[in-house]
Amino acid sequence: MRNLLLNPVLNKEFKLRFRSFKGFLGLAFYLLALSILIIGFIYLETKNSPMGLFRPDQSRSMFMMLSFIQMGLILFITPGLTAGVISGEREKQTLNILLTTNQSSTSIILGKLISSVSFLLLMIVASMPIYSIVFLFGGISPGQVVTILGYYIFTILAFGSIGIFFSTLIRRTIIAMISTYGVTLFLTAGSAFLYAISMSVSQMGMAANNPVPYFFAMLNPMIILLGFLEPNAFRELSSQSGGGIDFPLSAAYLISYTIIFLIMIMISIRKLRPNMKVKSKG
Amino acid sequence: MIEIIDLTKKYGKFTALDSLNLTIEKGTVFGFVGQNGAGKSTTFSILATLLSPTSGTAYINGHNISKEPKAVRSQIGYMPDFFGVYDQLKTVEYLDFYGASYGISQSERSKLIPQLLELVNLTQKQDSYVDVLSRGMKQRLCLARSLIHDPEVLILDEPASGLDPRARVEMREILKELKNMGKTILISSHILPELAEMCDTIGIIDQGRLVAEGSVNEIQQRLRGEKLIIAKLYRELELAVNFFEDQPLVSQLAKRDDGESLQFMFNGSVEEQIQLLKNALLHDIPIVSFSEIETNLEDVFMEITKGVELS
Repeated sequence: MRNLLLNPVLNKEFKLRFRSFKGFLGLAFYLLALSILIIGFIYLETKNSPMGLFRPDQSRSMFMMLSFIQMGLILFITPGLTAGVISGEREKQTLNILLTTNQSSTSIILGKLISSVSFLLLMIVASMPIYSIVFLFGGISPGQVVTILGYYIFTILAFGSIGIFFSTLIRRTIIAMISTYGVTLFLTAGSAFLYAISMSVSQMGMAANNPVPYFFAMLNPMIILLGFLEPNAFRELSSQSGGGIDFPLSAAYLISYTIIFLIMIMISIRKLRPNMKVKSKG
Repeated sequence: MIEIIDLTKKYGKFTALDSLNLTIEKGTVFGFVGQNGAGKSTTFSILATLLSPTSGTAYINGHNISKEPKAVRSQIGYMPDFFGVYDQLKTVEYLDFYGASYGISQSERSKLIPQLLELVNLTQKQDSYVDVLSRGMKQRLCLARSLIHDPEVLILDEPASGLDPRARVEMREILKELKNMGKTILISSHILPELAEMCDTIGIIDQGRLVAEGSVNEIQQRLRGEKLIIAKLYRELELAVNFFEDQPLVSQLAKRDDGESLQFMFNGSVEEQIQLLKNALLHDIPIVSFSEIETNLEDVFMEITKGVELS
């Protein structure tokens, strides 16, 4: 952990990323857009309300809407931020020099992952005070907000690891980017689509106790987010799609993406530098 | 000390490096010369642990590149032929980043960086952003970067390529200083005369094979046992032709375009060369000048890489 905090790659990337005015301008615009969205939502709901009030259930709907928007943002931005970090260094011809230093491959990969998603993490954390407006009107507990924040961070790191993986394995950034977006699309839209199809097959009674919908649901970040926001509806969804599996979908999501994260990072670490050992023939 | 044993690198059917054997003594400067694509950068990449060999191995200060790549990395300072720099990073920060990457403490880095900038004449550019530096300055900065952990061995892949004459001279001076500091330097170029001045030994690589190795003089002598001699005459050109044609050590006799001198290859010792001139004067050949032409290093290089293999 100490090595990670004293990671030269991380320090350098932080310096480069947060030095420019553009970064802070981007953050300011994001927070401004979020504020306008919240104020607009409250204004419209209040205006349409017969009593002219903003009720706790409306506050809850607003929080859900914001949460899904943020999650969409995470899934859209994370591949773009991570898929070029290693291949980009390779294209800029700075990677070779970095690889001849004493820095371990683990330190380089983790430094690159954290630094590349750090701006997104900053955006999410910086938006938390705006999120907290919901507390004025009720409907959401602080625990739920913290859970959502933790869930975001986990999802960013998990999907970020996929970007790092392709960036390490594929030499060209554009190909790495396409591959990362492809996998992200499959894990989000693809898994939702397959979940819907497998659910309809199960409901038609063609396959009793079919666990397939459960597996697609546990891979989908949006379905899991729904679970954190609407626990009761989610329980119903889990029991319908479970096919006899009595294990929380959120836990299954955490486990499956932890495994994906570890595999992606371990392969990236192994493949960053060439295996210098000569393969003996015969 | 660098020891390369049967180092081979193949890309499918293409052999980029073919059983390279080489020993470079500690504190010496070895120049690696070859055309583009001859295998110089492949060798350097393997030594810098950036590329795995197909077979064979190498040792740097006793550390095996295949078995102890981490130990090798701490022993070498590597400068690739093409390299990029990070945008928005200042010269001092650039060196500081690499210093930290080698595990050098902050206090040590603060002392080291000004010294390195002074060595490569970049003190005045310490607060400039690296991406706006000139090519020559970037090359010098990269050299300073390769020295930050005080490596015993420097692997410099065409450090002077793309530089203007002044920047080349500056680079050469820095390398001479590093040689005086006792560093073992492995340097490559596709221009032989560029290396001749500063290298103790040179190796010529062609199509992945080391075709010649030794001091510049040794290589010249091994390639050419003969000397090119030009004799300028005062009239009596035909008489001179008849005389030199009869000499056993003379070959490839030809009249030059100026119409008053002859050139020929002479395959003999200095004493025999003196005797030839004496005999010519005794035969009343009116020789105005009799001179040996220095062998051009470029010609040597071209000759060797034409496929002549020296044993």
